[in-house]
Amino acid sequence: MKILKTPRMERCIGCHSCSLACARLVYKNLSWDTAGIRIASSGGLSTGFEARTCLACDPAPCAQACPTGAYSQRKGGGAVVRKKLCIRCGECARACPVGAVYLDPTGDPFVCIHCGRCVSFCPHDCLEMRDAGATMPSEKGGAS
Amino acid sequence: MIRDSFRILVVDLGTGRGNVMMLEGRDSVAGGSGLAALLFTKYGYPERPWNDPDQPLIFAIGPLTGYFPLMSKTVCAFKSPYHDQYAESHAGGRSALALRFADLDALIITGKAAKPSCVAVGSRHLEVKEVHYLWGLDLSATGKMLRGMFRGGGHRSILRIGPAGENGSAMALINADTYRHFGRLGSGAVMGAKNLKAIVIIGDGIFALPDGKAYAKVFQDVYTQVTATEMMYKYHNLGTPANVASLNKLKAMPYRNLQKTSDESIDEMTGEQFADKTLLRNMACAGCPVGCIHVGYVREKFMEPNQYLYRQVSYDHEPNFAVGSVLGVTDPFRILSLIDVTEKNGLDVMSAGVAMAWATEAFEKGLISEKETLVPLKFGDAKAYAIALNSLGTAENDFYRLLGQGTLKAAEQYGGQEFACVLGQEMAGYATGEVFFISQALGFRHSHLDSGGYAYDQKHDDKDVAKAVEFLVQDEEERVLLTSMVSCLFAREVYKGALLNDCLASLGYQNLAGDMKGVSHRIQRLRWQIRLATGFDPHSVTIPKRFTQVVTWKGPIDQNYLSELKEAYSKRILDLAKQDEHA
Repeated sequence: MKILKTPRMERCIGCHSCSLACARLVYKNLSWDTAGIRIASSGGLSTGFEARTCLACDPAPCAQACPTGAYSQRKGGGAVVRKKLCIRCGECARACPVGAVYLDPTGDPFVCIHCGRCVSFCPHDCLEMRDAGATMPSEKGGAS
Repeated sequence: MIRDSFRILVVDLGTGRGNVMMLEGRDSVAGGSGLAALLFTKYGYPERPWNDPDQPLIFAIGPLTGYFPLMSKTVCAFKSPYHDQYAESHAGGRSALALRFADLDALIITGKAAKPSCVAVGSRHLEVKEVHYLWGLDLSATGKMLRGMFRGGGHRSILRIGPAGENGSAMALINADTYRHFGRLGSGAVMGAKNLKAIVIIGDGIFALPDGKAYAKVFQDVYTQVTATEMMYKYHNLGTPANVASLNKLKAMPYRNLQKTSDESIDEMTGEQFADKTLLRNMACAGCPVGCIHVGYVREKFMEPNQYLYRQVSYDHEPNFAVGSVLGVTDPFRILSLIDVTEKNGLDVMSAGVAMAWATEAFEKGLISEKETLVPLKFGDAKAYAIALNSLGTAENDFYRLLGQGTLKAAEQYGGQEFACVLGQEMAGYATGEVFFISQALGFRHSHLDSGGYAYDQKHDDKDVAKAVEFLVQDEEERVLLTSMVSCLFAREVYKGALLNDCLASLGYQNLAGDMKGVSHRIQRLRWQIRLATGFDPHSVTIPKRFTQVVTWKGPIDQNYLSELKEAYSKRILDLAKQDEHA
């Protein structure tokens, strides 16, 4: 199972193309919020950008916190979400240690499903899909 | 949101309340430039001065904003303190997408706050907050404070003014998200006159996409084009400073107040030199994968033995020329330091730099002295310019206060009109010849981007007045359609005819798609009508003598050609405004 990684965020230019692509292609919205990856400056634009996205925990705190079974452990890390079972309690978002789950104003949760559809929209190759458990490739360098 | 009407928020600073309005006219004026003009006809007062509290400050986006790449600009419209006429200024940053996600096609600010204030808007938020403690702070400090005061980090836009806007300088800008600017014609002073220090736009709305597969297909087509073409390479790689070497070679690079159009030292400030020595990284406006924003750095030793500070400063051809070659400063780090001074003060760097070039020549000729300038001005002396630009931003004395109203205003009092490099406003960084000079002097925004006069000069050796004027009018018509969508003009080679039609149709704007020529012509005419109603007379525009002394690769400027172009273009502008709807 592959997971989305953000190993080269130092290259990020803040175009939000990844977020917009996720919202557009996965969640069928025009939004930079309802997306599995969201970009924010880390304290003003002069400090660069960071990605809020699922780090593929295993076990995943969000899945453990979900009271209805809407979230379950994803093989390789992260969670599989069945929205039909979601009661919009927000426990997933509260449990996530890195703020990867976005709750829209109705409490509907949005989180990365590790599909990789955002990757090709990054003009600076900040993102990649990688086998779960694989180490960072050293030749490209940079930490997220 | 996709809709046939416009959703407008009008915020009255006098009452601190807002009013959401739905307005018809999508099929007629599209958005952006067209919408701003339509709104000025409804909310503006052509006969009253620019700083009348009732005058509107308008920010408008277009039907394609956020839906397609590089549809990432916002049009700001206002009555300008520079010439007291209707004006537009455009900027990107996050402003356009933030407005889209705040679910506003336009934001209008009217009235005047009793105390310095900040407006914050979002899809579920409106607040007018008193911020007297921010008054007097520079742009950088203001931004830092505001980031902590409002939510929405990453998905918001912070528009703010510096000291220049507070003190009414006609060269005051509105900064958009640190590295972008509503730069020209004094929009910052309009905010200052309203006691408005900042506007925070929180983009927190979510919209469904259109049904069907058309949108996804057109999006992918556009995305592939904008990331695979030469455009991406040009603007992403060296950025606009890539022009410098070729302009210098062509003898078209303004140097030392346009006393020359090329110089060996300009080789020190080419795009390659800036990239090699100063470039830290690229950045992008939200929704644009091109990432044309080039951020360099300045490093200053502020204490012995080894105490340094550094700042990050964005650069482009225009700022580089305006506080670089036109001042005889060609070291990239010194240029960045001077850009930084204008940034802190919230000054339009182009106007400020060119004004300083006039002041230097006036100083050398003895028309003004240190009594006015506070520091001796000399071409190439970056340290003196740093002090002088700061004095201009803070309006430190009567001279700088007057100079901040425009170079020609100062020249009227002190002399030296003949060498004031003013074409409607302080010139842009192209000395390509007659067509560009007339294009900027008479153009709607007095911008090099109103139409491609600088490119026309480089492609045509003939002196066919009718052909040149026809080009200016047609090019403006094409560009005004893009600035109504609202596209970055760097994408003008991509968003042409059929593709633009497909974009509009994929979102359900079939009427706009089917009438693009009619819409663009209507907007072009409406803008000129408003401009004329607020006092513009193209025949009254003067071209200072300095421009007639320029020598380019084509040889000396042809004064007859220049005069004939001015006469013919003036007539076309007046004719355009007179045309009826069905002409």
